[in-house]
This record gives sequence, C-alpha cells and structure tokens, in this order.
Amino acid sequence: MERIDYLFYSYANRSSGMIDPEGIEILCSDMEVDHMDVRILMLAWKMRAEKQGYFTLEEWRQGLKSLRSDTVNKLIKALPDLEKEVKRPPNFVDFYNYAFRYCLTEEKQKSIDIESICQLLDLVLGSHFRAQVDYFNEYLKIQSDYKVINMDQWMGFYRFCNEISFPDFSNYDPELAWPLILDNFVEWMRAERT
Amino acid sequence: MGERKTFELEQGWEYMQKGITKLKGILDGSLEQFNSEEYMMLYTTIYNMCTQKPPNDYSQQLYDKYREAFQVLPSIREKHNEFMLRELVKRWANHKIMVRWLSRFFHYLDRYFIARRSLPPLNEVGLTCFRDLVYQKVNSKAKDAVLDVIGKERDGEQIDRALLKNVLDIFVEIGMSQMDLYEDDFEAHMLQGTGAYYSAEECLKRERERVSHYLHSSSETKLVEKVQHELLVVHVNQLLEKEHSGVHSLLRDDKLDDLSRMFRLYHKVTRGLEPVSNVFKQHITAEGTALVQQAEDAASSQAANGGVQEQVLIRKIIELHDKYMTYVTDCFQNHTLFHKAMKEAFEIFCNKTVAGSSSAEQLATFCDTILRKGGSDKLNDEAIEETLEKVVKLLAYISDKDLFAEFYRKKLARRLLFDRSANDEHERSILSKLKQQCGGQFTSKMEGMVTDLQLAKEYQSSFDEYLGNNPSTRPGIDLQVSVLTTGYWPSYKSSDINLPAEMARGVEVFKEFYDNKNKHRKLTWIYSLGSCHINAKFDQKPIELIVTTYQACLLMLFNTSDKLSYPEIMTQSNLSNDDLPRLLHSLSCGKYKILSKEPNTKTVTQNDSFEFNHKFNDRMRRIKVPLPLVDERKKVVEDVYKDRRYAIDAAIVRIMKSRKVLGYQQLVMECVEQLSRMFKPDIKAIKKRIEDLISQEYLEREKENPNMFRYLA
Repeated sequence: MERIDYLFYSYANRSSGMIDPEGIEILCSDMEVDHMDVRILMLAWKMRAEKQGYFTLEEWRQGLKSLRSDTVNKLIKALPDLEKEVKRPPNFVDFYNYAFRYCLTEEKQKSIDIESICQLLDLVLGSHFRAQVDYFNEYLKIQSDYKVINMDQWMGFYRFCNEISFPDFSNYDPELAWPLILDNFVEWMRAERT
Repeated sequence: MGERKTFELEQGWEYMQKGITKLKGILDGSLEQFNSEEYMMLYTTIYNMCTQKPPNDYSQQLYDKYREAFQVLPSIREKHNEFMLRELVKRWANHKIMVRWLSRFFHYLDRYFIARRSLPPLNEVGLTCFRDLVYQKVNSKAKDAVLDVIGKERDGEQIDRALLKNVLDIFVEIGMSQMDLYEDDFEAHMLQGTGAYYSAEECLKRERERVSHYLHSSSETKLVEKVQHELLVVHVNQLLEKEHSGVHSLLRDDKLDDLSRMFRLYHKVTRGLEPVSNVFKQHITAEGTALVQQAEDAASSQAANGGVQEQVLIRKIIELHDKYMTYVTDCFQNHTLFHKAMKEAFEIFCNKTVAGSSSAEQLATFCDTILRKGGSDKLNDEAIEETLEKVVKLLAYISDKDLFAEFYRKKLARRLLFDRSANDEHERSILSKLKQQCGGQFTSKMEGMVTDLQLAKEYQSSFDEYLGNNPSTRPGIDLQVSVLTTGYWPSYKSSDINLPAEMARGVEVFKEFYDNKNKHRKLTWIYSLGSCHINAKFDQKPIELIVTTYQACLLMLFNTSDKLSYPEIMTQSNLSNDDLPRLLHSLSCGKYKILSKEPNTKTVTQNDSFEFNHKFNDRMRRIKVPLPLVDERKKVVEDVYKDRRYAIDAAIVRIMKSRKVLGYQQLVMECVEQLSRMFKPDIKAIKKRIEDLISQEYLEREKENPNMFRYLA
C-alpha cells in the first residue's frame, strides 16, 4: 500500500495533490505508452477516474490495487491482461460507456462534438469494427444534422456494430427505435454505394 | 494499439485473392454469400497493409493489384444480335457488382492513398477496365444489334424494350455520365438510319418521340404504362380481365348506365367489386393529378398570375369531387368500398404543391377570395353557402390541416381589420362548418377574432362617448381603435415607430380611457396594422389619401421638412431597413407619386432623398395609396412547424405518462393517431422529438430492450 502511495506522489502535482495532465504524460513516457493510447483510457476505467486528465489518490489506489501493481514495471506488465479484461463482453460495454462519460469535461455537459467523437470511436472501437468506424466517421464529418453526439447515440452505435450486418445492412430496420442518426447513416450508405 | 503482426504482401494478397475468387463465384451463380465477419476481415487486411510502417506499406501495390483483379473475358464476342445484347447487359451488371464489392474491401485506399496521390478513385478504375477490355471491342456490334431490333419494332414486331433501355444505359454509364459516348457511338448512327427509313419530316419527329420510350423514358409515360399493366395483371379471373379495360373505358366515356349495370353484376361476385373500385380509384387519381399538373404548368408559364391559378385548380377539384360523388351515390349505390376509393384518391392529389404553394394555402386563399368584398359578386348567397360547404369537405382530404388553419387565420385577420369582409354571416357560417368537421379547438381562435371585432365596436362607442363628455381630452384627430385579444390573433411584429404628435396624443388619450376601465390589462400597439385618412394639400387641389399608419407617419415628416434623405427619415421615424424601403417605394415609385425621389430611379436606396411632390394631381379627390403585402408564406410555415414540434412533444409525454412503459412502434402509432386530426406528423420528426426528450431526461431507453421507452417522473 505504501509503495502505491509513494508511486502516486512521484507523479502528483505538489499543490493540488492529484496527478494532473503533465504527470500523466510523464507516467506514459515511463510506461513507454503513447498518452493517446487506448490502454491509458483502460487504465482510467480501471481506476474509475472521474475527471479526464486527472487521477486522485483514491482512484490510483483502487486501480493499482486491483491490477496488483505497485511499480511502473508491474504496471507495464499488467497492461496486456487489462486489455483482455476490457475486451470481455460485459466489461466492454461498461468501458465503452465509460469512455464517453470520461470525455464530458464541462459540468452539465451531456454531449461531445463530432471531431472528438470520431477520434474516440477510432480509439475505442477501431480495432473491433474498423470498417464501420471508418465509414461512420466519414459520414459524421459530412452530415450537418448533428453537431454533437449524446450518450444514447453513442451506445446505439455500439449496438449497431454488434447486431447489424455490414455493409449490406440487410437486417437493419429504420422502423425500429434506432437513433435517427443511424437511420440517416444507413440511408447515406445505401445511396452512396449503388 | 498493442503489437500487430506485419503482413507480407504475398501473404496478405493470398488472403484477398480468396475473397475475390469467392466473389467471382457468386457472380457466376454460386449461392454463397459474404457474411459480416468475412467482409470485415477483408477490409481490415487491406487497412493493415496500408497502415504498416515502410517498407511494408503496400498502398501502391494494392492499388495496382485492384486494377488487375478485373479480367473480364469477353465471351460476348461469339454471340450475336439479341443474345449478344443480353450477355452484354448481364456482364455489365456483374461487373458493377464486382466493382462495388471490391471498392468496399479496398475502401481504405479510396480514403487516403488516392487523395494523397491524386489518382482516379477505385470506382473509376473499375469502370475504365470494363470500357477498355469489353466496351471498345463490342460497342460497334452492339450498336448494330440495337438498330436491328429497333427496325423490327418499326415493322410491327414486339420487342423487348427493357433490354434496349438496359443496353443504352450502358452506353451512357460507360461515358461516366458524359453523354459523348452515347451520342457518338449510338445516337448518331440511329438518327442516320432513321432518316433513311422515313421520308417526311413529321414522321421523323414522331419516331423520335416513340423511341424516347426506351431511350430516356419520361416517368409519366412509364407510370401510365405501369398503371395499365397493373390493370391487366391485378386480377386472375379471365372474365373480369376482359371487363377490366372495359371499366376503365366506361369511366373515361362517362357511361353511367353501364357502370351501374356492372356494379350490380359484380356485387354478387365475392370480392368482385375490389378490382372495380381499384380502377375507379386509379382513374380519379389520374384525373386529379392531371389537374394538378395543368396548374403547375400554367403557373410556371405565367409567373405573375399566382392567385388566379390557385382558384382555378380548387374550383376544378371541387367539380371533380362533385362529379365522382354522383357516381358513388348513383352507380355504385353508396357502397363503402367506393367511398373509400374516392377518399384515398383525393388524399393523393389534394396534398400536392403547385408553384411552391401547398394545397392548404391554396384552399385558404380560395376561401379568402370568396369571403372578401368583391370576391364573389357573381354568386348569390345560396351559391356561396354551397361553395363554402364543398370547400370544408375538401379540407377532410388535406393532411396539413393546421397549416390551412394558420393561413386561414392570417387572411381572416386582414379581412376583419381592414374591413374587407363581404358578409358577416358567411364568415360565421364557414366557421361553424369548420367546427363541425374539425372540432371546436380548430375554430376557437377564429371565432374569438370575429367576436373581438364586435366588442371593439362597442368599445369604440364608449370611447367616443368618453371624448364627448371630456372635451379637454380630445386629441384633435378622429381616432378609431380596435382592441384585440392577443391569444386569438396571429402574432404581429410591433416596431417602435415615432408617431407624429397628433397620433401620439390620441394614443395617450385612449390609453387613459382604457386603463380606467381595465386596470389589469396591458395594451400593446400594433401600428403596422393601422390605416389612416390624411389630407394632402397639393398645388392643384387637396386630395384625401388612404394609407397605412406607417405611410402616414412618413408623410407627416414632410410637414416640418421640405427635403429629407433616407438616413434622416430613418432616424426621425425610427423605422428599420426591413420596413423603410418598401414604404418609401410605395409613396414615390408606385402608381401615385406623393413624394418625389432623387435620383428618380425605380428602387429605393440609402442614398436617396425625398421631397413632398406638391405638383401631384389625380382626377379623384380621394385615392388609396397601396402598400404591397410582404409574403407571409415562409413565416406561416415556420410558425406551424414550430407548433408541431410542441404538439408532438406534448403527445409523446401525454402517452408515456399514462402508459409508463411503451414500445417504440406503439408510441409512434399512437402519436400519429392523436395528431392526425391536425396534421400528418413526419415519422423522423417524431423520432427526433423522442431523442430530445431522452436528452432532457423525460424518457429513457430500457436497458434490456432498446426498443422500449420508460417514462421518468
């Protein structure tokens, strides 16, 4: 326990008592992981970190304890297992949901701008659903109905990737309660590709 | 993103080749399919090979291999004439499918590599391959075969028009939507051949028209053909089949007795009336649609006479309705099936837009014309009543009833406020008919408006009395005020115009008078609706001008200044650039030039200056200086759409509150039903409102079943 705390303070900001974005960058470089790597997001998830770019002592303790790591080396070694854990079905939905909330930086913010959503999708779903993410991102950038995406649409897209046959959409029914943006996406895909 | 295995080109390509082979198998008729997983693996393979670090970044090689994948073997060469054409069409269709699928696998190239190197996109590469490998080699033979087939048709043989159209589409598509290949390789030859076939010029024209059926079929022709096709195909019974084209011609020729006979006959046959009522419906729909088309054509060729056109159309639709209602009652003995057919037919074409104006607006304008002074001088009271009755019946077929209501309300307001209504009783009569048909909520505001005016007259009398009893309060002008209840009337902009002293005084006096009687009410003055009789002393004689209040305010400015510039007028009147040009135009560039403008151009600009035109004269002693209306259509539509959003929200919340948990489709259905009295809600709009309500946490999606919603208290 002591070692975990000690590790925390080696990255934390003196005055705020938290690890701040600068600290996280140093941590990442020590871990030899790019700070935009999805595994850092997974780490945040494991810690249940509330504020993007910051880790509190409590969060740090919780995360590292459950990863059974108290040194940077152990942390690095714990990453592959963490990846596997996140990818397991019940966890992944939770992680996917978390990723969205983690990016709500303002207080009362409920949605995320298109640019950031595209990056987030790429990061979080890119390895699972490359094609869907690429096409959907393309669509998001050219459409003008929505300037932001909310949680319902975010979760809807994941369900979409899992359930809908791609790229023919043969089992997609716009008369069901799919978010409207997905109805429009499918329509666009069908029109573009004939 | 973790460690990733590096693919060698041969390795990765071997995998892709398997996919391509499978694709070719599918095109040749194998029953296999690509499932999502296979597709995604192929896509991801390409993606990986393109995003690997050099020297394993194989984008260029993959681009080249893509092109190589198209090896279309022209077995077409051995075939002839129609068989060759069919084979060509089939090969082309297959080729397009292959391009589509391969483009999807290789999509990542399209996104990044191609843009970066300014190369032709994958689509184009695919099409170019077909053109080079196949088209160039067979197009001349194909052209000959097509001309051959056309020749057969001229000789009276039946030909496969669809095949021809498909072949000619290839000519067009290969040119990549440039018509030159079609024109050079085919059309030129065809026209030449045609010239040789006929001698007279007229025949040539007729031929072109006929051939246009399968060169570029007009959708109208296709439609009529299809309808006729449907007529022949719809029924199984041989007996009916012969009669079917008979029914059509009976309707066309208005053979009422024969139709009655037919009805009696088929009434006995189980479901025998269905095909007949279908033909009836289609016939009416065709006639109605033709009327709409006529109106559209007339409107576009006579852009100026918008108002006249709408009236004609509505009248014609009313006539059509009367005519076929007679059929339903007389020939078809009021059978529900035929009532239904008629209703559905009218619903189809009564909701079409003509020259940008919706049917709801057209109907409201029609009403306005009848109810206005001088609008229906030729009709007696009874005839007017009858017409109003029919108009209200037509409303039943229009889905955007709320739009009609709003247009009607706006025009009613103008009639009432400017005293243009011809007959109070007719106004009340149509309102009661509308109430009967659409419910009290529909007409409550309008009724309020009519009542308001009556009350206003009473107020005016007591105001006059008040002035009589208190001579010191008299403002020195004759003032008439109509006090309106805000909720009933359409919303109007009120601007802060600087009133001339005399008018300002009048307003003050009335305000005192009103406040004494009603301590809890607030008056908002809408000067834009007012009118004014103002005496103008011209050199030759004084003339009374009937103008709007705004126009009067501007004219009064010239009592204190001889000449005013546009900016000066703007400052002194406090009107904006939205209103001022139009107003000044009406006084200086219209029929009556009360003001002279410098420079004397036809439009008003901010650099102009104005003077009172004391030389003005007219033979009349009283003239009305008109102010053209601003087009309110856009605002009306905007307002109605905004109200609809609230109506949809209210309906959704109401339904969810009572049901607590409800499936999406059920919710939509109930919503549509609840709202159908006033308008036909767009399903997408409902979906959007639901999503907004989720965002605002009125509803939430059930976790276990994403098609169900729960009401959040």
